[in-house]
Amino acid sequence: MWTPSRQEEGVAVTNIESILERHAYEAHRLVQILRETQDALGWLAPETLTCIAHRLQIPRVQVESTANFYSFFHIRPLGEYRILFSDNITDRMLGNQALMQALCEKLWLEPGRVAEDGLVSVDTTSCTGMCDQGPALLANYRAITRLTPARIDEMAHLIRRRVPVGDWPPEWFHVEDNIRRRDVLLDHGLAPGEALAAALDRGPTGLLGEIERSALRGRGGAGFGSDIKWRSCRDAWGDAHYVICNADEGEPGTFKDRVLLSSDFDMVVDGMCIAGFAIGASKGFIYLRGEYRYLLDRLETRLAQRREAGLLGRDILGRGFTFDIEIHLGAGAYICGEESALIESLEGKPGKPRIRPPFPVTHGYLGQPTTVNNVETLALAALIAVRGGEWFRAIGTPASTGTKLLSVSGDVARPGIYEFPFGVSVAEVLEAAGATDTQAVTTAGAAGSCLAVSEFGRRIAFEDVPTGGSIMVFDQSRDMFEAARNFAHFFAHESCGFCTPCRVGTAVNARLMDKLALDRSSPYDLDEMERMHHLMQGASHCGLGNTATIALRDILAKFRPAFDRRLHSPDYEPGFDLDAALSQARRMTGRDDAGAHLTDNRSAHAGGHPSEAKP
Amino acid sequence: MTSSFLLDGEEVPFTPGQTVMQAASAAGKYIPHLCWHPDFAAHGSCKLCTVKIGGGFATACTTRAAAGQDVENGTEELTAKRRTLLQLLFVEGNHFCPSCEKSGSCVLQASAYEVGMLSPHFDHFYPDRAVDASHPDVLLDFNRCIMCELCVRASREVDGKNVFALSGRGAKSHLIVNSESGRLADTDFAATDRAAEVCPVGVILRKRVGFAVPIGQRDYDARPISQRVVEKLADGEQEAG
Repeated sequence: MWTPSRQEEGVAVTNIESILERHAYEAHRLVQILRETQDALGWLAPETLTCIAHRLQIPRVQVESTANFYSFFHIRPLGEYRILFSDNITDRMLGNQALMQALCEKLWLEPGRVAEDGLVSVDTTSCTGMCDQGPALLANYRAITRLTPARIDEMAHLIRRRVPVGDWPPEWFHVEDNIRRRDVLLDHGLAPGEALAAALDRGPTGLLGEIERSALRGRGGAGFGSDIKWRSCRDAWGDAHYVICNADEGEPGTFKDRVLLSSDFDMVVDGMCIAGFAIGASKGFIYLRGEYRYLLDRLETRLAQRREAGLLGRDILGRGFTFDIEIHLGAGAYICGEESALIESLEGKPGKPRIRPPFPVTHGYLGQPTTVNNVETLALAALIAVRGGEWFRAIGTPASTGTKLLSVSGDVARPGIYEFPFGVSVAEVLEAAGATDTQAVTTAGAAGSCLAVSEFGRRIAFEDVPTGGSIMVFDQSRDMFEAARNFAHFFAHESCGFCTPCRVGTAVNARLMDKLALDRSSPYDLDEMERMHHLMQGASHCGLGNTATIALRDILAKFRPAFDRRLHSPDYEPGFDLDAALSQARRMTGRDDAGAHLTDNRSAHAGGHPSEAKP
Repeated sequence: MTSSFLLDGEEVPFTPGQTVMQAASAAGKYIPHLCWHPDFAAHGSCKLCTVKIGGGFATACTTRAAAGQDVENGTEELTAKRRTLLQLLFVEGNHFCPSCEKSGSCVLQASAYEVGMLSPHFDHFYPDRAVDASHPDVLLDFNRCIMCELCVRASREVDGKNVFALSGRGAKSHLIVNSESGRLADTDFAATDRAAEVCPVGVILRKRVGFAVPIGQRDYDARPISQRVVEKLADGEQEAG
């Protein structure tokens, strides 16, 4: 293990001090402080946490609690190179597991472990939002797309030769927008600030009227009326009001916010300014997911250019309106997409959802009225400010007005972003993306329903098939059980752990799915998952727990044969395999002869049973 | 001015601002709970106090009482849910009731008896949680922690010390103490702290007093927790510890 010399310790303290100073020693900036400190020092050592706690004058447990909550912070050394393979089902379909295995073999590593010499660690992470150009990974938190065996080969060489990640081939870090169909939003043709000027002309009341007439609903998935949210926030009493752009796009299979930020950032910023103007705020935050860190410098630069151009900051467009934006980076936690967890994270705490009511519109960031909107919602608000509510309302369906950005990935010829008016059928989307021989489509990532062929005539709209934008397509060759198992593990990894049903229920489900994968299950285990579904829906604290079992249950109901063929016996079957339990002892003693196996156990006859590889 | 709501068909009076749990307790009605304590702000994490209001589920400890509410509490549906929640808590930790010195005065154990939990049902997780015996007066057996955060709240709000916090995420959530070494001995914790007696299970244990009252004669051994809690609240006693 690496231990710092006295000289290095001196450097470390100087580094921390300058980071803390830049953040004005404000405890609610702890997540940003920890991220920058880790960048500078490699990891968050116990003495680093103590130092930060002292300087911020907060309890050390508070710092450790935050540091240990987020996937991208580590309080143990993880090596100079930290490789995280994106492990969404779409990455799996593109072969990420074999690539990870290959990299581990070349580096003499086991997944999840640090190399003996402390050089490198390789592990998996939740969906990194590169589903249209996977398999993907994060190398020291920088996204690398379109992995191939050749790239993995070269990566192993680069790591062994200790070439810094910044000097790796630039084309590896290239992220495509892959926009396949443009409609009113992606084809807006507006100049930066044009929408903002239109909003200022309308005045707050006029603007809110247009938003109301547009019947715009939030694009994050829940579909709450934007005008209601903005009006309640505007009417709430507070010392300050805040606008938050939720760019924590963590739902597996969605990447449309990444593309909007990358190709239409000015529309998003205009939307934030407009929201600020409508609710009476002068400060906004963009909460950017840690996986999209590669965008940070570009977005910061663009914000600076807008300040120069009078489109952000003091006296915007010379009209006396002041509004500025700060970008906060997340650190690998799906739960931070939930608005109150996001606010907790902005305040430097672990991202655990708050008790509601009160809602963020009255008690949000630092207890002040706050409106949290999705990236796409804000861009659409900008469009509405120019074109008007009536114009917008004419697009889509009566209950779902306007267009929707869909991130399409999986078994399609043309994965990417499709903008369609609401009301488009699933079949039309599949046709546009070049899907053939389709077996199933998930329409809300890991957290929503899964449609079978007979349902492809259904419409994408809040009143029929709601979606946050994640469309994952599975052809007939895919094993839907593996999709469900991937989702179960995703939720077990991403549950914040606050409430009992979600913390333990997601872990129970993941274990049951593993038991099925080992062909050790009975129908009893399927009933157990049904039972967990009924408990978690309703008893869970927030949306994560309440939706964590929907896809699993949907797939179980509609693709039952994929589960049935894994059932070992019609009666109760224990998960405990006596012979497998001896595998560790066998490894330690170097024995694998007949005498080292339990002969009455079925796995003894199977020879190299997969359960041997599992703990 | 007092109004009232219905709890399993019986009228319960409340004063504005009270939660369903507070009003029910004051009226001598028992709603099962682990993370709620009358002296601390509601936490809403254990979900044991899940009730049904107007057809939807809600936690009694975080939901404001409202006139005319129809609250279901003791139905078979809710008892079954609570049984499952308790089973989940049991398999998540390492609970060996027969040898635990908290047995008989443990809220987790007593709640399990209350809802008729006869087995842990699920496969045990067997987490690896080391005991911290470093402190001269108090022992921490993390194996029994149910993440209720009562010690966190007591240490912060009453003792003004911030000795405890929850760390980690999801199933890896665990209790930590406020020291670089991670040991209780290196904190300013004292056996006289409120946090030392608030633990509803057997995580925070005073040394050298174990089994002073024999198992069988303890708080919840003679009577079910539903009766004891109501009696204690009526007498103004502290609930846990």
